[in-house]
Amino acid sequence: MAEVDKTGRPQITISDGALIPDRAEKSLFSAWRISFFGAIGLLALLPILSPTPYLDILRFVPDGILSTFQVTVASILIALIIGLFTGLGRVSRITIVNRIATIYVEVIRGIPLLVQLFYIYYALGQFVAVPRLTAAVIAMSVCYGAYMGEIFRAGILSIPKGQMEAALALGLSRGQAMRKVILPQTLRLVLPPIGNEFIALLKDSSLVSILAVSDILRRGREYAATTFRYFEAYTVVALIYLVMTLFFSKLVGIMEERLEHRGS
Amino acid sequence: MEARVRIQNASKYFGKRGEITALRDVSLQVMPGQVFLIIGPSGSGKSTLLRSINRLETLSAGSIWIDQDEVTNPHGDIRQIREEVGMVFQSFNLFPHLTAVENILLAPTTVKREPRDQALPRARRLLARVGLSEKENSYPSQLSGGQQQRVAIARALAMNPKVMLFDEPTSALDPEMIKEVLDVMLDLARDGMTMLVVSHEMGFARAAADSVVFMDEGQIVEIGPPERIFDAATEARTQKFLKHIL
Repeated sequence: MAEVDKTGRPQITISDGALIPDRAEKSLFSAWRISFFGAIGLLALLPILSPTPYLDILRFVPDGILSTFQVTVASILIALIIGLFTGLGRVSRITIVNRIATIYVEVIRGIPLLVQLFYIYYALGQFVAVPRLTAAVIAMSVCYGAYMGEIFRAGILSIPKGQMEAALALGLSRGQAMRKVILPQTLRLVLPPIGNEFIALLKDSSLVSILAVSDILRRGREYAATTFRYFEAYTVVALIYLVMTLFFSKLVGIMEERLEHRGS
Repeated sequence: MEARVRIQNASKYFGKRGEITALRDVSLQVMPGQVFLIIGPSGSGKSTLLRSINRLETLSAGSIWIDQDEVTNPHGDIRQIREEVGMVFQSFNLFPHLTAVENILLAPTTVKREPRDQALPRARRLLARVGLSEKENSYPSQLSGGQQQRVAIARALAMNPKVMLFDEPTSALDPEMIKEVLDVMLDLARDGMTMLVVSHEMGFARAAADSVVFMDEGQIVEIGPPERIFDAATEARTQKFLKHIL
């Protein structure tokens, strides 16, 4: 995952999921612009062209945006903390710590998120009753914590060995060197991939509708179930997700660009 | 007088069965204020020897002492010893997220927990000493190689070391920048700093070194004052090597 660009500055290449706007593509009709403004245009146009049912749908579904964001933001914040410690554990020289972190990553990555959701809400729910929103956040953050851990690990490992050596040679402890030298450099490196994880999580948060958390997808399903307007309801749901993810992917792209310009 | 750096029968083996020898029974004594230049072909163990002095490398056998402190004692406080041993690397290894002056301040404020405003005047004096006062707030990426290496020297000096180790300090530099770094090192040597320098800079050796150590295949082949080694080496291996680099 980690590689070194021609300036010798280590970088993490993006490998999964998110739609990253191609910065080279400055054309007015870039793929991102067509998709983003096309989706917004459709969301504006449809209720004008056919007010029923689109106006109703647009009054009903967006209520779920708040839930979607609650789950996404809460999960990403917890996942970040879990990920940081997992990443540190994965590069730890203490065998037991390293082993525990690695097992966590292996186990979590080997189980589908949907199964994890069921497991925490229904299976563990037999012993401890957890509110559905809490269960959703726990499952999402535990799952994404593992992926985040791998990002932190790659980030830490991509810092040249000489940085740790220089810090140790000055008399810093390993922990001090990690906090003052390695992690600050890692943070800059992992910000874009973390942004992409945020987008991936935003999309995966639709899975929590299974637990009857009334997110965007759930609201769409509820509307469709009562009116049988499946096509229209899910079209709006898809467009709302699309607008959100494209918006955030642009943000990540800008952030990435800024970080590159600031130099290191 | 007690030796500042005492290396006794240092050996280091690599590989699964220790089949690769990096250092073989190396012994060396450096008195306070002395400057030693270590030369030798690549893979001769000179960098390994230098890096063993602050335990960036651990020995397989033998011991190393800085004054009364044993570096090689696994139960000893290596961090305290490292505070007293400054190191300068071939690739500078400045911290890219910190400005020049912050690079210098990091160790005093982190390790010695000096308040920043107390450490700052000293950091500025060190920058002035290496001739970079006006670069205080520059990031390493905004500095030339020679400037980076001078900041790196100032950073190492910030901990008031008793010994300075230089691991090929000019090898990564363009020719026009070598002199500015060597000048700083000469200045340090004249100031009485104890220095071990892995480098092939003959001019520096003649001007500042008390001894030149020639290493090959993990061993010290020959040791003596620069004039004698460069002009009248007795060992055939030394003569052959010097012919290559002169």
